[in-house]
Amino acid sequence: MTAIAVEGTRRQAAPIRSVPMSRLAGVELRKMFDTRSGFWLMASIAATAVIATGAVILYAPDEELTYASFGSAVGFPTAVILPMAAILSVTSEWSQRSGLTTFTLVPHRGRVVLAKAVAAIGIGVASMLLAMAIGAIGNVVGTAITGTPTVWDVSLADAAHIVLGNVLGLMGGFAIGVLLRSSAAALVAYFVISFVQPTLLMLLASRQAGFQDLQPWVDVNAAQSALFTIGSPVTGQEWAQLAVTEAVWLVLPLVVGLRLVLRSEIK
Amino acid sequence: MITIHSLTKSYGAFTAVDDVTFSARAGRVTGFLGPNGAGKSTTMRIIVGLTPATSGHVSIAGRAFRDLPNPGLEVGVLLEASALHAGRTGREILTIAQRTMGLPGRRVDEMLDLVSLTGREAHRRVRDYSLGMRQRLGIATALIGDPGVLVLDEPANGLDPAGIRWMRDLLRGYADGGGTVLLSSHLLHEIEIVADDIVVIGEGRIVAQGTKDGLLRAAGTVVRAARTTELSRALEAAGLAPTAHDDGALRIEASPELVGKIALAAGVAVTELRAAGGAGLEEMFLELTAETQREGAAA
Repeated sequence: MTAIAVEGTRRQAAPIRSVPMSRLAGVELRKMFDTRSGFWLMASIAATAVIATGAVILYAPDEELTYASFGSAVGFPTAVILPMAAILSVTSEWSQRSGLTTFTLVPHRGRVVLAKAVAAIGIGVASMLLAMAIGAIGNVVGTAITGTPTVWDVSLADAAHIVLGNVLGLMGGFAIGVLLRSSAAALVAYFVISFVQPTLLMLLASRQAGFQDLQPWVDVNAAQSALFTIGSPVTGQEWAQLAVTEAVWLVLPLVVGLRLVLRSEIK
Repeated sequence: MITIHSLTKSYGAFTAVDDVTFSARAGRVTGFLGPNGAGKSTTMRIIVGLTPATSGHVSIAGRAFRDLPNPGLEVGVLLEASALHAGRTGREILTIAQRTMGLPGRRVDEMLDLVSLTGREAHRRVRDYSLGMRQRLGIATALIGDPGVLVLDEPANGLDPAGIRWMRDLLRGYADGGGTVLLSSHLLHEIEIVADDIVVIGEGRIVAQGTKDGLLRAAGTVVRAARTTELSRALEAAGLAPTAHDDGALRIEASPELVGKIALAAGVAVTELRAAGGAGLEEMFLELTAETQREGAAA
């Protein structure tokens, strides 16, 4: 007879305080790991960093065995996986319908989206630091094997730019997720924007002389790639192109998506 | 206490909820009864802020749902047992609720105990759960914050008879402890057993509401006599409209006392005389909801 073991109803002893953002972000972080697919997506960031590092040691010519090679190699898979993780953290609330509970426990939907963004950015930064650490181990081990001097040719600014580039890429995915709120649609849109769009824009630029000058101000992937080039500082024009492209590809879908999230019916 | 005041929700030309006003009081179980598609779920989603209302408002203990600082501690909600992330374990889903509300970790085990999900079941992924298990998990999520108000949409769906009995005792205990319970169902029998107050909705509109006892009384009287025709004529002469049942009984929308007096005056010996009760309520429910459906079709 455990049936009626409810402790009666709550006698409001202490005033109820609102759910703090730190707790919400912690919960959202947990939700990115607590399914098999979520867990393996995260684990794949470390796994691909190890594989990329191994590939550099095996295939790169000895004179290119510097930290810059490792840094670029480990950054690439992360840059693909992180936006997917960010997309799923948003869209699963709709596709898996867990949003019914999430948005009932926290009716201020903007706070939930913010908590998800905080968790996703946290994961992005942590993953990059992990990937870079794996790359650093690769650099030490690789040069020890070949007997070449260990070269640390990635400046702190370079590293910061790479982390920023990854966070922007991840937030681009996040924005698509907020806008579309469907896992399948958002993943497809993300892949089209990241892998099909650059080719299309390049094709367009080569055919249309007028578009050639415009392309760097539209192509978000090209603008982001300025952040990933190690050894050359990011110019003022590149920063401007980054700002303009991110306004179009990140800020705009995020703002429109947020309005839809706040107003829509959660079913 | 949940107060709903002239709530309306339209989707284009279609009005899913039409000027609905009622309240669910503390210490009572309020049954929200209506056929499928009558607007029960939409009303409940509006109560908890998932669906914006077109007009009207809802308050819970005097406040709008979105103004509750930590809603899980004040309102336990179960809307759809299937709306759970299939890839999470039952325990994980409870843990997320427990963490969001800022409750101690032991609440998770207490709730698993309460809804009789075993440790092994709790470690399984929800995609492998039966509807009954999902329903139990949903109840656990609703109760984990020990809220004073419960909003449950068709909570008995998928439960076995023992589970339904358990749920009924649980809700009774909750209301007796001072809690407010609003539960919906399309099954009159389910509502009739547990509810103190009943709100009947059809085609988005409230067609009847009141205490269960009041509605049962309004359901009228069943009377049986050997000389049915004679009794029927006497009742009609008194301005009543008896309806004949296949089994020879008559149902009249009047008190048993009045029917008894009429039979006595007519000199007809009565073999059975009682309040129509549940059966009458069911008939009334079908009549009321059928009426609104006809109206809807005509318009």
